[in-house]
Amino acid sequence: MEAYINLFIKSVFIENMALAFFLGMCTFIAVSKKIETAVGLGIAVVIVQTLTVPANNLIYTYLLKEGALAWAGMPDVDLSFIALMACIGVIAAMVQILEMVLDKFFPALYNALGIFLPLITVNCAILAGSLFMIERDYNFGESVVYGVGSGFGWALAITAMAGVREKLKYSDVPPGLRGLGITFITAGLMALGFMAFSGIQL
Amino acid sequence: MNAEEKKVLVEPLVDNNPITLQVLGICSALAVTSQMSTALIMSLALTTVTAFSSAGIAAIRNHVPSSVRIIAQMVIIASLVIVVDQLLKAFAYEVSKQLSVFVGLIITNCIVMGRAEAYAMKNPPWESFLDGIGNGLGYSLILISVAFVRELFGSGKLLGIDVLPLMKDGGWYVPNGLLLLPPSAFFLIGLLIWAIRTWKPKQVEQADFAIIPAHGEAH
Repeated sequence: MEAYINLFIKSVFIENMALAFFLGMCTFIAVSKKIETAVGLGIAVVIVQTLTVPANNLIYTYLLKEGALAWAGMPDVDLSFIALMACIGVIAAMVQILEMVLDKFFPALYNALGIFLPLITVNCAILAGSLFMIERDYNFGESVVYGVGSGFGWALAITAMAGVREKLKYSDVPPGLRGLGITFITAGLMALGFMAFSGIQL
Repeated sequence: MNAEEKKVLVEPLVDNNPITLQVLGICSALAVTSQMSTALIMSLALTTVTAFSSAGIAAIRNHVPSSVRIIAQMVIIASLVIVVDQLLKAFAYEVSKQLSVFVGLIITNCIVMGRAEAYAMKNPPWESFLDGIGNGLGYSLILISVAFVRELFGSGKLLGIDVLPLMKDGGWYVPNGLLLLPPSAFFLIGLLIWAIRTWKPKQVEQADFAIIPAHGEAH
């Protein structure tokens, strides 16, 4: 249990997807102008990440890994090179299914998320979650915790960023830095702040 | 080389740079720039993938119904990325370990998808190929300039060769540790954007609010 809590804290703060690994930066910069939209996107990322990382873990462990096909009588087959293709396929399919399920059963949430749901397919934080999971050899339990944690960390970062940017728009920024430039510098300062968490361990 | 071909090749370098103006492909630009060698390999990988995927997508653009185009594009891009990934593992294993997941992340790199959607779906393969090369070079330009500053001042080296002799080895240079940490990449790109926009004022964004001059002075 302790190991799981530790992994959760690590994936939320220390190895924050957005501010320590710069993943999902394009959406991070583009969709962080308003708090409401940032929160909506954050929730969508948490949901998708929680579903896709464990799903990819199962697929990788039982189908793609070296020797994983032993149960099918093919112990020498190593399909790990198509892991990339499999991961992106699972993510795209998962987002599509989630979209249909939300539309049918939770129309309010579906309308709130709107365009962000399909956009998530090309958010690199999602694919990176699965790839990190493969690279670090997480088991199923760890992959669930890592999925929730990394999604939550990203959501936290984009919400904080949106909060800063809502205030920032009233400030007098030098013309060349306006918009994108100052956003980068702000993100850099936030990343420095998040570095204060490094070394925390339970 | 005619005017259109030259335009698609040169414009993305500064005038329409994918990172500083189109806001595409930032993730990897920040993450792999602490050393020149990783930045160079990453630039090479991304330029290759963008060029060939644009050409491939442009070649099939008239045969794919628009409802399944994203999946078709994804398959082309993912196959190219797998080829690049396997090549790197075979011929540059050390670097591919350092790049870790970032080679795989070229699949979701917005430059590749962005150029496929914005250019390759509307233009013939050869122009799309050049457009891919151009945008890849624009990306490489930013990546390499950031990596140059980070490696030179962060660890006193360039491509692993000592340039500024470090204090701890009896030299005179005290390395700036901040430049090796992730946040410095944000600052450097932010400042780079500032520099480019001061040079090309056309790219400056409109302010949401203006400051009213005090005492009613009208300037």
